[in-house]
Amino acid sequence: MSEPTVADTRRLNSKPQDLTDAYGPPSNFLEIDVYDPQTVGVGRNRFTTYDVRMRTNLPIFKLKESCVRRRYSDFEWLKNELERDSKIVVPPLPGKALKRQLPFRGDEGIFEESFIEERRVGLEQFINRIAGHPLAQNERCLHMFLQDESIDRNYIPGKPQ
Amino acid sequence: MSFFSFGQTAEIDVVLNDAETRKKVEHKTEDGKKDKYFLFYDGETVSGKVNVTLKSPGKRLEHQGIKVEFVGQIELYYDRGNHHEFVSLVKDLARPGELTQSQTFDFEFTHVEKPYEAYTGQNVKLRYFLRATISRRMNDISKETDIVVHTLSMYPELFSSIKMEVGIEDCLHIEFEYNKSKYHLKDVIVGKIYFLLVRIKIRHMEIGIIKRETTGTGPNIYHENDTIAKYEIMDGAPVRGESIPIRLFLAGYEMTPTMRDINKKFSVRYYLNLVLIDDEERRYFKQQEITLWRKGDVMRKSMSHQASIASQRFEGQESGEKPPPAQAKEESN
Repeated sequence: MSEPTVADTRRLNSKPQDLTDAYGPPSNFLEIDVYDPQTVGVGRNRFTTYDVRMRTNLPIFKLKESCVRRRYSDFEWLKNELERDSKIVVPPLPGKALKRQLPFRGDEGIFEESFIEERRVGLEQFINRIAGHPLAQNERCLHMFLQDESIDRNYIPGKPQ
Repeated sequence: MSFFSFGQTAEIDVVLNDAETRKKVEHKTEDGKKDKYFLFYDGETVSGKVNVTLKSPGKRLEHQGIKVEFVGQIELYYDRGNHHEFVSLVKDLARPGELTQSQTFDFEFTHVEKPYEAYTGQNVKLRYFLRATISRRMNDISKETDIVVHTLSMYPELFSSIKMEVGIEDCLHIEFEYNKSKYHLKDVIVGKIYFLLVRIKIRHMEIGIIKRETTGTGPNIYHENDTIAKYEIMDGAPVRGESIPIRLFLAGYEMTPTMRDINKKFSVRYYLNLVLIDDEERRYFKQQEITLWRKGDVMRKSMSHQASIASQRFEGQESGEKPPPAQAKEESN
């Protein structure tokens, strides 16, 4: 008894997709830019700050658009908070560049333009990777970092309100 | 395996009566190679001849008895010393004495129960074999001949599909559906994934089959996972309301039927593994067990032939004996 060979093209029945769903904006829009580095202060008290601008339509974020000013140590703070409080493997930050902070260098050290640009790119990659993580989105520290004017280091860790 | 005495005086081997007609199937050996063995089903009679060949005719062979055994056993690789025999039948062929010439002995194990499928795995092996032995004072002469057993099932075509909604709250909700919960080894899995909520950036989706071999009990339980198949079913980012079809042909993969808690020693189970990967390489997955079974085919005809041969050899037995169990109806697919 030989069976005719027919291509098996069975499919389960599916609901046709709603056109507004198909062509509307996706519900996963999240974009964060780290840009406009500015070096503030004088002499040995200088440091560089960056604009962190976020645009999103994820309901978990209170503001759909936000723009805050942050420096490298703020990113470090965020990484430490997440490593302590959540089970996420937090992506790496661009390096601390301690060597660049030693005196008697031939160049501008950590205020060298190419270094700042390298760091800016690394910080942008870092924040985009971490902000898209469903578990990180559940931590108060991420929301404070992205959307509060300044970081309150004495905050109470936990879930966002 | 053959155990020959040093300067062998005799050879022993087993030949099945239906060696000409019986089907042979490929079966993996422990070292990964494939060999062909005679195929038997539960309830079939195993009959044949044991040939004892004297190497130097004229020289007598003194022995403590000649017998043939039918054995079904489970061997755990980490505990080779202990074989767990779940079937053990013996027929004595000759009382202690001596052979002056080569001789052939008939044997028959009638309607032998073979409750489990033969299986060679990563940490455990279940096998059936005939062992013919010439017992002697110093060392026995013995030969093992393996056979392969398949277990057949018959499930009605109409059984429930698997349909489930899973997800991460506020992030990702999908509904997956597979057309059946039990598939035969040459079946096709037809399914779909329906996206209810997509708040993460998905890059692609894959489906795979995982085989999990479990050996040991209690604190010594050990799972060996093996990915049998894996392929991408969706490339790109889906949005709410999209349905992605799945079609997975099982005949192309080397799989066994699902074996649950065999003689309380091991299990072999299969899972469909659905994985979504987002643009940061994060993986979201859902495993769902499926039951695999072996469908009977036209082979069935030789089973009744076997049963009728068996009943003819020994007159006086009731004809119209109870047929061997697990006879699968021929599918009209």
